[in-house]
Order: sequence, then C-alpha cells, then structure tokens
Amino acid sequence: MEKSRAPFIEVKNLKVHYTSEGRVIHAVNDVSFSLNKGETLGLVGETGAGKTTIAKSVLRILPQPPAEVEGGEIFLEGKDLLKLSEDEMRKIRGRKIAMIFQDPMTALNPVMRVGKQIAEGIALHEKISAKEAEEKAKKMLEMVGIPASRYRDYPHQFSGGMKQRVVIAMALSCSPDLLLADEPTTALDVTIQAQVLDIIKNLQKEFETSMIMITHDLGIVAEVCDNVAVIYAGEVVEYGSREEIFDNPLHPYTIGLFGSLPDINSDVERLSPIAGMPPDAANLPAGCAFSPRCPYADEKCKSAPVGLERMEGTHCCRCIHSRSADKIKAKAAEKVC
Amino acid sequence: MTDSMAVAKGATMERKKKESQFSLVMKRLAKNRLAMAGLCITLLLFLLALLSPVIMPYAYDELNMIDRFAKPSLRHLCGADEMGRDIFSRLLYGARWSLALGFLATIISTAIGMVIGSVVGYFGGTVDTVVMRFIDILQAIPGILLAIAISACLGSGFANTIIALSIGGIPMTVRLLRGSIMGVRKMEYLEAAQTINCSVPRLIVRHILPNSISPIIVSVTMGIGNTILMAASLSYIGLGVQPPTPEWGAMLSAGRTYMRDYPHMVLFPGIAIALVVLSLNMLGDGLRDAMDPKLKK
Amino acid sequence: MSEVLMEVKHLKKYFNTPKGMLHAVDDVTFSIGKGKTMGVVGESGCGKSTLGRTLIHLYESTDGQILFDGEDITHVTKHKMHELRERMQIIFQDPFSSLNPRMTVEETIREPLELCRRFKKNQIQEEAEKIMEMVGIDDRLRYAYPHELDGGRRQRVGIGRALALNPAFVVCDEPVSALDVSIQAQVLNLLQDLQEKSGVTYMFVTHDLSVVKHISDNICVMYLGQLVETTTSKELFANPLHPYTRALLSAIPSVDIHRKKERVILQGEIVSPVEPKPGCRFAARCPYATDRCREPQQLREIAKDHFVSCCRAEEVWE
Repeated sequence: MEKSRAPFIEVKNLKVHYTSEGRVIHAVNDVSFSLNKGETLGLVGETGAGKTTIAKSVLRILPQPPAEVEGGEIFLEGKDLLKLSEDEMRKIRGRKIAMIFQDPMTALNPVMRVGKQIAEGIALHEKISAKEAEEKAKKMLEMVGIPASRYRDYPHQFSGGMKQRVVIAMALSCSPDLLLADEPTTALDVTIQAQVLDIIKNLQKEFETSMIMITHDLGIVAEVCDNVAVIYAGEVVEYGSREEIFDNPLHPYTIGLFGSLPDINSDVERLSPIAGMPPDAANLPAGCAFSPRCPYADEKCKSAPVGLERMEGTHCCRCIHSRSADKIKAKAAEKVC
Repeated sequence: MTDSMAVAKGATMERKKKESQFSLVMKRLAKNRLAMAGLCITLLLFLLALLSPVIMPYAYDELNMIDRFAKPSLRHLCGADEMGRDIFSRLLYGARWSLALGFLATIISTAIGMVIGSVVGYFGGTVDTVVMRFIDILQAIPGILLAIAISACLGSGFANTIIALSIGGIPMTVRLLRGSIMGVRKMEYLEAAQTINCSVPRLIVRHILPNSISPIIVSVTMGIGNTILMAASLSYIGLGVQPPTPEWGAMLSAGRTYMRDYPHMVLFPGIAIALVVLSLNMLGDGLRDAMDPKLKK
Repeated sequence: MSEVLMEVKHLKKYFNTPKGMLHAVDDVTFSIGKGKTMGVVGESGCGKSTLGRTLIHLYESTDGQILFDGEDITHVTKHKMHELRERMQIIFQDPFSSLNPRMTVEETIREPLELCRRFKKNQIQEEAEKIMEMVGIDDRLRYAYPHELDGGRRQRVGIGRALALNPAFVVCDEPVSALDVSIQAQVLNLLQDLQEKSGVTYMFVTHDLSVVKHISDNICVMYLGQLVETTTSKELFANPLHPYTRALLSAIPSVDIHRKKERVILQGEIVSPVEPKPGCRFAARCPYATDRCREPQQLREIAKDHFVSCCRAEEVWE
C-alpha cells in the first residue's frame, strides 16, 4: 500500500451493525482496505461474513434502519462518501461506482425492454439525447456479446447468462471508475461463468476500472483479483496480494478454507474441513472471532481481541500465531495425509 | 441480504422437551402487545355477551316511554332509544347476536371452503378447472350484493342471515387454501415423504395442511370482523336480523332516523362494531406474524 | 467393474410441456457398481436431477429399462414400490425446502422408521438416536425446528432421514451446493464415512466438477439430456475426449495461481431441450462441429471403460 499516489478508494475502520428484534448484529467490524486505480480486490468469505454489507456501505444503499453505519470513513478520490448528501451521492452512484448484483433474475425489470433499461441509465447520467443513449446502449450490448438486434427484447427472452451480461452492460454503461461485483457468477453455470468472467476482465482492462469482487469461490479470486481480503465475522482476517495469500496463507481460517476445497488438480482422499459452525454475529466471542473453531487457539486468543498485523510486503494477518504459521501449515498438511 | 440478515441463528434451538407448534405460536403471540390487546378485548366482549342477563341494568326489550331519547347519563349509560329502551343493555345483549353471526358464518364458510380448497389444491387438473370456474362466477358478484340477494330470497332471520353470509365467504377460503397448498406442493419435503412410503392421507394431514393452514387461520380472524360488518349492513337495510332483536347493525339502522337530534343512538352501536372489528384485526395481524415459522423468536 | 447394483439402459424421460415434448433425459445408458459412487455432472437443465429422480421412481420413466440388483424395476406394482423405496433413497439439494418446517429434527428422522413397520415402538426411539449420532447431530437439537438450524445441520438431518433405513442406493442431488465451503467439506466427509461403514452406493448429482472428482469413482457427463461421456474419474480428468467435457474442465476456476491453462471459452447459446433436432445437442456451441454432428450420435467405447458420444472424438484426442 506504500504507493506514491493516494489510493483510488480507501475504506477506513468501517463498522456497521443491524438491529433486529432487540439483538444487535455486528455485521462489519472495523474493516479497512484500499484499492488503486485499475486494480481488483477480492473480498472472500462465507455466508454472513459481511461481504455484501461492505459493498452496500460503499454505495450507501444499506437499508437504514435496520442497518446503521457506526463509524469509519470511505474515501473515493479523497472525498468521504459517508459525509456526502443524498443528492451528491446519487451523482456518484452509477457514474462513478456501479454494482453488479448476484441474481440477474431480480436485477432486471421484467416489463421493460432490456435495451431501454441500459439506455435509461445512460440518459440519467449523461446529458445526451435519447437517440444517442440508444446508440450507446446498443454498443454496450455488443460489447458483452449480445447482438444489438436484441435491443427490443424483454428479460424473460434471455437465458441466465445473457441476463447477467445485460446487468454487466448496465453497470458498465456509464464507464464507472469502481465496479462492485457481488457474486456476479454464482447463479451461473461454469461454462457461462467462464464467459462472463472473461467479459468482465476484458472490459475492466479497456476502461481501467477498479473492481471489488465479492465471492466465496477462491478459484474466482485466483483468476481475477490482484489483492485479496479474507473476511470472517465482519473482520478482515488476512489481507495481501494474490500471490501472498495463495502461496503463503497465514491465518488458520484461510488455511482451513484451502483445506476444505476439493481441488481439481490434486488428489486428496479426505478433505480437512474447518470444525464447527460460522459464528453468531449477534454474539461474537470476546477474543479472536475464529478462536472457537480454531485448532490452534489458546487462552490468549480467547481473552483479548487480536489486531491486524503487518507481515511482509502488503501481507497482513489477524492472528497472534501468524509468526509461527509454518507450524500450523505443517500440522494441517499432516492431517491431510 | 443473504449476507447480512441470515446471520447465524440464535440460541433458540436448544430445547429440553418438544414444544408443540401451538405453544410456540402462542408464545410468540404473547410478545405482541397489540395482538394481545385484541385478544383481550375479544374475550371480554364474549364474556359480556355471555353474562349479559346478569349485568344488564334493564331487560333489552323493556319499554319506558318517560326515558324516550334519554341522553347518556348514570341512569342510562349509553342513553335510551325511541322506545325508551336502554341502549347499553341492548348493546350487551345484542353482542350475542352480532358475535354469533360473525363467528358462525365465518366458521361455516371456512369449513366448507377448506374441504373444497384442499381437494382442489391437492388433486388439481380437471377438478380444479371446473370448481375454480364456479368459484370465479361466485366471486364476480360483489360480496354484499350476493348476501343481499340470498337474504332477499330466503327472507330475513338469524339462520337465513348466517347462510347468506357464509356462502359469500366460501370462494375466499377456497382460493387461499388452494394457493397455499399449491405453494407447498412444490416443496422437496413432500417428495422426501413420498420416498419413505408416506400414504396420501398422512401426506396431507402431516405435511401439507400444517404448512398451508396459517393463512386460513389468519383470514378467519380477520373475516369475522368483516362478517359482523356485513351482517350489520344487512340489518341496516332491513334484511338480516330484524328488530326488536337488538343486533348491532339493526340498532344502527333504527337509530338513523333520529341521528341528527339524538346522535348517541348511532354512536354507541357504531363504536361497538368498530371495537370488535378493530380488535379482531389486531389479533389477526399478530397471528399472521406468530404463525410464520421462519420468524425468529 | 465389480458387482453391478444399478443398471440403466436407454432410459428416456420426456415431459409434456405447452411448447412440446421436453427431452429431459434422452437415451441414457450406464451402470453403477455396488458400493461405488457414480458422479453425474452437467449444467443446469441438463436433466441430471430428473435422471436421479427417475431412477428411484419419483418420476415414471418414458422408455428404457432400469435394473436394480439384477431385477427389472422399470415398471413395478405399488406393493413392490414400497419395498423398493426402503432400499433406494434421495438426499436433496435445498436443505431449506427438503425438511418440513413444522416437524422437529427428531420427528423428521423418526418418520421413515415409523412408516417402515420394521421396528417395534420402543426400538424406534433407540434407532432414531443412533441415526442422529451417526450423522453428527447433537442430542440437544432433537426438538429444534429446521428454521432454527443452519444449512449444514439441516443437510445432516436430510442425510439422516435418507439413510435411516440403511438403503442400498442413494441419489445425492447436489447435496452440498447450497453450503459454504467449510461446511461443504464436513458434509462430504460425512457422506464418505457413511459409505465406508455401510457400503451404500451413491449416485452423486452435481454441477461442481471439483466436488465430483473428489467423491466419485466413475463419472457421467450430461449435456441437455444426453450422456456425452462416461468413464472413471481419473480417466475423465486426465483425458477428456468430448469437446463439451473439455470446455467444462477448462472453465473451472482453479485455486492454483501458477498453473496457466488454456481456456476454452464457448460461444453460442444453449439450444432448447424441447423437441430437439436429432444429432449432437452440443454442436451449436462446439468448436469442432461439422455436418456429421447433425446425425444422431452413438455412445462408443473409445478406450477401456471410456465411452464418448462424439463422432470426432478420435480427432479431438489428437
């Protein structure tokens, strides 16, 4: 992160909680990360880890209440998004930051022609005539591999993969500087997923868009991301470049995730899953959130919160045992054999 | 949404002994103050109606020409009507008729509707098409018009009013249950039950009905209020239960002639009707929330 | 292959839809050895779930033959069906919709035991507790309702219900697709353990190739109702012959960031399985497609135990 220029987007100490029937659910706890222009950051974690909440906070589309941003700052090119008025924010959404949602079926308006939906977004943000907006929308459709002749079709006439491509075209139509992709391919088949990822990567290169890729799939991270933040219970437990995380995972949770994954390239008789269940975000442990499931946790882990510690380069890890991670990995390897 | 709301479940899952669905629903309902208020008012009204002979200060048909059109006072809590009958006593006694009408008519229409609805919902196909077209025809006629037509044919009176009101309520129940069962029919647990040799009656009783009945129960509670309103309207236009039987709607209807000079004659029956409908709706709303198993504690 | 438990010959399952006949399973032939796991992979809508459900008679087959333990069970009487169902079971994909929300964990697991008449009343409780322990559900949770459990535990209840009567054959219909990675591994291990203990035969239906590779002995690859390739798990991943299999394998994102692989990005859209034209259904997206592909394709044994239904398989091999 020690680059000469300021990062394009920087999230500092973001904290978000939900209130639900008297229970306070700590969805995001003190999350910080930054991202340079044109780079891709992967947010990896399991269901309920708070990944989507982070993305929605950046775009300021959290339903408030029940959600509440407790604290933190989100700087986009030096401006704190959390301090902007709703009016100013509206100008940023779509034009500067766009989001791709997980489910293409619900992200499109079923009674509106797909081309029109793309053109509408363009017309809203750029002062151009309806005719020009249509031209541009057609160009966007072709860019994601859908013939412009289908401009007048309705969403139900498209397959799942095509719908997601339309959603991507919509998100990219105003050439945003930052793309938030929330599990963009989870609802798709693998061959279609490959197509869609390919399109996203190419367009990103073309427009020099920064991207935050939210996913639970480490394979996708390996393929598209430059940097990775592993999220557990609303905290970044490990952060680093793709190489740092994949070649040298340090946090027991990250190591556990790799152990849980059946890999196509190697033969493992038995997987080594992480024991236990994801934590209850309304009732987090006092110390390290992962300690109840962690095979290496000791009294110290359970008593006090653990801070994010810088290792080498950009690699950070939230574990007091991370210096002795080699031992952990050796043990993990033993278990596999 | 998937990320934030579905955060790990709380500590409700550990239980010492099995809790029935009923007790769970009741527990959840008890936490809803509005619904409990509705339940209390409804029960109180029932109690008053039952005890009316004991607590009524006057007989409901006791004439007292000196007190004609008396304003509300200690002597007549809600005033007296054009015959000098005590309105408070008539309201108490009339609660029997109004509540009985509302509950009986709704229960009858729900019972018939449920039988038709579950047959139609489970078997589908031709049975479904034929029955539903008939229901469509029935539903094309506005409810109050249907009740008026049937009442006019059968003549007025308590039993006839019940029949008139129940028929109008059937299509609603059939549609609700049919829709609800069709939603459940796609569930995989029915296929699972099939693979472990579950017989059709057991399938319906154990797996389908418990999962499709909650909207019916809610619609019953809300429906009672509606039916009472409808009965009142029937009485108001001179059909339904006839004066001197002190049905609330009939009282309202009788008072309308004197409404300008003696507003208390319509005010108190009106308040009584509104109170029942409101409390039943509050209860129904609460029940709907309490019966959803997916809701947290 | 050792002893065969399930054999399917030219199985077809068509559905009547308003648009015409939907060929969900079209002329599928394969067999599964006793105690083995057969993986069935394919993308959504390829008929893999329908195939599983047809095998255990949740759907009636349109044509073809199903042999179970050497016995023809394509058409059976109601009585026979009851008997069969105790020996064939299914684990569902969605742990949310596969459990009755109004029944407790224990009631769900007890139900098959109560219905089979094999056990006395007092045995049922004992047996249910044994099953709960077997699938790793804590005794404290016996009176919990499904919505109070997380996906992993719910799936364990579903597995418990399926394995309660100790069936010989279990169709696992995407049992881990709805689960998080760490929980997914727990459930996969559980399934493997149970197989080791009881010798049950699985048909493992999934779209996730890494999972299927991990758990299966043999694999069938399906595309739009047709079986395009079947062989042992090792052979399929080492030497995929059908162009579709190749595309599928290359499309999986790998966690190995240093292995650069060639990616086949498919073009074209999926054809509809409603009233399909004869010939290879993959041809519309296939980079190798020629005129010959419009003719009906035969499943051919190209190498030992390696069946491919592609007329150009040999050329693809080169």
